[in-house]
Amino acid sequence: MLLDFEQPIAALEGKLREMKKLAEDSQVDVSEAVKALEEKIKQLKKETYANLTRWQRVQLSRHADRPYTLDYIEGFTTKFIELHGDRNVRDDKSMVGGFGEIDGRTIMFIGQQKGRNTKQRQLRNFGMPNPEGYRKALRLMKMAEKFNKPIVTFIDTPGAFPGMEAEERGQGEAIARNLKEMFMLKVPVICIVIGEGASGGALGIAIGDRVFMLENTWYSVISPENCSTILWRSWDYKEQAADAMKVTAKDMLEFKLIDGIIKEPLGGAHTEPEKMINTLRKHILKTLDELEQIPAQERISQRIDNFSSMGVVQEL
Amino acid sequence: MSWFRRVEKGIVTPTEQKKETPDGLWYKCPECKTVTNTTEHKKNLYTCPKCDYHERINSAEYFEVIFDNNKFEELDSNLSSSDPLNFVDTKPYPKRIKATQEKTHLTDAVRTAHGQMNGLNLVVACMDFNFIGGSMGSVVGEKIARAIDFARQQKYPFLMISKSGGARMMEAGYSLMQMAKTSAKLALLAEEGIPYISLLTDPTTGGVTASFAMLGDFNIAEPGALIGFAGPRVIKETIGKELPKGFQSAEFVLEHGFLDFIVNRKELKQKLTDLLAMLRQPEEAPTKSAHTTQKKTIKA
Ligand SMILES: [Zn+2]
Repeated sequence: MLLDFEQPIAALEGKLREMKKLAEDSQVDVSEAVKALEEKIKQLKKETYANLTRWQRVQLSRHADRPYTLDYIEGFTTKFIELHGDRNVRDDKSMVGGFGEIDGRTIMFIGQQKGRNTKQRQLRNFGMPNPEGYRKALRLMKMAEKFNKPIVTFIDTPGAFPGMEAEERGQGEAIARNLKEMFMLKVPVICIVIGEGASGGALGIAIGDRVFMLENTWYSVISPENCSTILWRSWDYKEQAADAMKVTAKDMLEFKLIDGIIKEPLGGAHTEPEKMINTLRKHILKTLDELEQIPAQERISQRIDNFSSMGVVQEL
Repeated sequence: MSWFRRVEKGIVTPTEQKKETPDGLWYKCPECKTVTNTTEHKKNLYTCPKCDYHERINSAEYFEVIFDNNKFEELDSNLSSSDPLNFVDTKPYPKRIKATQEKTHLTDAVRTAHGQMNGLNLVVACMDFNFIGGSMGSVVGEKIARAIDFARQQKYPFLMISKSGGARMMEAGYSLMQMAKTSAKLALLAEEGIPYISLLTDPTTGGVTASFAMLGDFNIAEPGALIGFAGPRVIKETIGKELPKGFQSAEFVLEHGFLDFIVNRKELKQKLTDLLAMLRQPEEAPTKSAHTTQKKTIKA
C-alpha cells in the first residue's frame, strides 16, 4: 500500500533498482548515476517528510505496514509470555499483554493490537477494545504492581468499541476505572502512542509517568473524520479538522500534554521496522532507568501533578 | 459527543405553547402530554405530576433542590475558556464561547459550590447542558478538580451532577486530558475516605461517562436519563440496526450493574442526606434530622 505522497519516492526507488539491475546485466559502470539518484531520493524523502501535513501524518499512523504492539514486544524481548483474559467475561483480542524480558529485566507490556489482513483485523476488532479489554489491562497492571515490575503500554486504537455489548458491560466505567487506578500504581509506567490515539479508548491505558508519541502518530479527543462530521456535517473536512485540533506529536508536545517525541526512520516506522523497534527499545530502557531512581510515592505525586496541570483557562 | 444533535424531547416549542396556553404559564409534558401550571411544575421540581417525567434542569435549579434555603457559596466562578488551539470551525471558538455566555449567563458548562444540605456540609459540582452541550474543556475539568481539592481540604462529601455530551472538541487534546485530571483528583479524594456521590442526569455520555461520572462511591441517576459511553447514533451506525427501546436508559444501566440506585428528583435531597448520615464517623457530631434543620437559617 502506498500513500499518495509516498508515490514519487517509490517511483525513484523503482528507477534505482532498474539501474542497478541494468548495471549487473550489462557490466556497464553506472556508479556515478546510481550515486546521483540515491542522493536525489534522499533529498526528496527529506523534503517530503519534513513538510508533512497533519493529515498526512494521520495517514502514516494508520499505515498497514507499521509495526503493531506485538511486533514491538516480540521484536525487543528475549522472552515473552502472553497473558489472557479479564477473569470475568472473556479474552479481548484487541488488547494484548504479558510479561516480557529485555536485557534480563522483566517488564509488563500492554497494548491495543490491530490486524493486518481481513481475518486478523476482525480477530483484533480493528484495535477497538471492549470493556473486558480495559479490565484485562488493569488486571495485568495490578499484577505487575504486585510483583514490582514496571509497565509499558502501547497505544494504537481508533477508539473504544461503540457496540451494544460494550455499553451493556460498562465501557465508560471500565475506562474511568483504569484512569483512576493507573494514577495510584506504585511501579513505573511508560505510555507510548505507536499509531492512533483516539479519545478515551486511548487514554484508558495512557496514564503514566512518561507519555511519548512516535513521530508520525496522532492523539486527540476524536478522530479528524468524526470531528469533521460533527462540526462541518461532512466527512470532507478531515484535513481541516486535523489542523484545527492539532493532533500530531509535535502539537501535543508543544501543549505539554506529552513528554516527548520518538523519532521514526525517514519515511516512517514501516519503512525500517527493525530500526524503529530498536530505537524504541533503547528509549524504554533509558526512561526506566530514570524512573527507577524516583521513590514510588514521589513518582505517584509527580504523575498526578503532571496531569493535574494540563489545561488552559483564563480568569475573568 | 452527542451534544450537537437537536434534543427531540423537551419543552414544547413556543408556537405550540401559544396555541393552547398563555405564554409561560403552562408546561406540557412531552411524555404524557399532561398540562401543568408552571408554578405547580416548579414546585414539583420540574417533574410531571402524572407520569414523573423529569424535565432537564440546570445548575441553578439543582442548587435550589440541594442546598438549604438555596444558600451556597460558589467556587471559581471567574474561570472562563481560553482558546489555546486558535480553533475555528464554522465560527471561531472564542466567539462561540462569548455568544453562549451571553445567551446562558453562565461562564462555562459547570458550576461548583459548597453549602449545606439538611445541615450537612457538601461540595457540589453541577453541569449545565445548555452551555455547548455540557461539553468538557479545560474550564470544566479545572473547576471540578478544584472543587474536589476543596472537598479534600474541608473533608466535605462531594456530589457531582453530570449532564454532558462528552469532551469539547474545540479544546481537543486539552479536553481529553480533563478526563485524566478529574480522575486523578478523585483517586486522592478516595484515599482520604471522603464520600463521592455521582448523580448522572439526562444525558450523560462520552468522556464524562468514561471518567468522573462512573467513579462515584455511589453512582446514582434520575429516572429515564440517557447514560452511555458511545452515543445512540454512533452505536446504531456500528451495528446497522435500530436500538431496542430503553437501551442506555438509567433503568437499563441499573439493570446491568453500573448504578447503585435511581432516585426521583423529589426524593433526592432526603435520600442523599440519609445516605451521607449513615457514613458519618463516630467522632462526628450527630446530625439533626432534616425537619429540625429546615427551620434554622444555615450560614453557607
Ligand atoms: Zn407526564
